Amino acid sequence: MTQVSMTVNGKAARGDVEGRTLLSTFLRDQLGLTGTHVGCDTSQCGACVVHVDGKAVKSCTIFALEAEGAEVATIEGQANADGSLNVIQQAFQDHHGLQCGFCTPGMVMSAAALLKENPKPSEAEVRDYLEGNLCRCTGYHNIVKAILAASGQDVGAIAAE
Amino acid sequence: MYSFELERPTRLADAVKLLSDSTESLPLGGGQTLIPTLKQRLASPERLVSLAGIAELKGVKTEGGTLTVGGGTPHATVAAEAGAYPALAALAGNIGDPAVRNRGTIGGSLANNDPSACYPAAALASGATLVTDRREIAADDFFQGMFSTALDEGEIITAVRFPIPEAANYQKFEQPASRFALVGVFVAKYPDGVRVAVTGASEEGVFRWSEAETALSADFRAEAVQGLSVPAEGMIGDLHGSKAYRAHLVGVMTKRAVAAAKG
Ligand SMILES: Cc1cc2nc3c(=O)[nH]c(=O)nc-3n(C[C@H](O)[C@H](O)[C@H](O)COP(=O)(O)OP(=O)(O)OC[C@H]3O[C@@H](n4cnc5c(N)ncnc54)[C@H](O)[C@@H]3O)c2cc1C
Ligand code: FES
Ligand code: FES
Repeated sequence: MTQVSMTVNGKAARGDVEGRTLLSTFLRDQLGLTGTHVGCDTSQCGACVVHVDGKAVKSCTIFALEAEGAEVATIEGQANADGSLNVIQQAFQDHHGLQCGFCTPGMVMSAAALLKENPKPSEAEVRDYLEGNLCRCTGYHNIVKAILAASGQDVGAIAAE
Repeated sequence: MYSFELERPTRLADAVKLLSDSTESLPLGGGQTLIPTLKQRLASPERLVSLAGIAELKGVKTEGGTLTVGGGTPHATVAAEAGAYPALAALAGNIGDPAVRNRGTIGGSLANNDPSACYPAAALASGATLVTDRREIAADDFFQGMFSTALDEGEIITAVRFPIPEAANYQKFEQPASRFALVGVFVAKYPDGVRVAVTGASEEGVFRWSEAETALSADFRAEAVQGLSVPAEGMIGDLHGSKAYRAHLVGVMTKRAVAAAKG
């Protein structure tokens, strides 16, 4: 066991981990942050996406020790300070961007990474950025709509396909 | 996963030392291939030596006509910083998805030599030089069939040097489930001739299509490869595409790459 320490959602976090402990395991089992979902565990689905030093990564495909000293952001840290949903989360609710909600934490974290890099993405850019986030419920359309709305763009024009 | 130690050196010399002592060790790049492999228990190293903290393995620089990418540089960085070689930047920006590109590295991709990976096509078509901790290897000698390379055990790719072509393009026919190339063709035009490398198609892994190279060196237009074809024999055939289908795609993607090639 090796001690690992990092900042998670702005707070110092530490714990003892093995070399093989995944960041997703550390977040969920040791820190109790079960908002980060593990859908596939094979790097395909993106349900486990968190930010490490501001970059979207699949937390099931990075070891906890590799995040030593890093700033990690998870879905638990996304709401506004007063507990209300942030702009992206609220847009997912408003535009029915979720059904079962399993993929949603990863979708919101990927969307946040996208909007940081590209504050006014086109529909095609949103779809391209979500390449690694799978949703088995929504058909993606309302997710794309929610993200465009969160970026402040008019989504009235995007008719259901 | 079987248990292992994880080391995180910050200097290349320390990584080399860790990889050469008697403990059975593997380098860890971005882990985007190795971690899934470990999860399936297809590898059981006693130790992983992470290269991610070694600053000297990261970065993109251009000098004269050569673009050099550090062996530990993530795909996202190449996509953003390899502007001097636009076809290479575009290839890197289209690997997998954003999260994969934030972690996966050029060294890991080339060392792995997945038969459907993108970077091997770029390295081979560019006649790149792979620099390791102990020698330099020409791309023509590096790829030795599916998942097999000239690397010795514990040898680290520290940099890849790409001669910048006059014009180049990579066309990837994506396998939508894996996001790898079902067939990908990289065409690069140099003053001394055109090189064409094909990934995703052959059971031997990435290969140069010499017939097309000869035709395109004489006449760099898509029409020049009209009528040329690779034999279906030796192509990969699986549920995503038959041998004949892949052989056909090689021609189609080559033409598209030539038509789209830019400097
Ligand atoms: C969902 C998904 C989609 C993907 N899509 C694509 C795609 O479209 N195209 C594509 O080309 N790839 C794709 N990949 C693979 C991705 O590009 C990986 O990043 C790459 O194959 C391996 O790089 P890595 O740095 O993650 O290496 P790792 O997984 O860390 O290592 C892979 C192998 O290389 C060795 N190694 C790592 N670094 C070095 C080095 N510097 N020197 C020597 N040996 C080293 C390791 O020991 C290991 O054997 C995809 C992966 C995923 C998970
Ligand atoms: S759980 Fe990590 S990608 Fe699916
Ligand atoms: S809402 Fe159910 S998987 Fe996306």
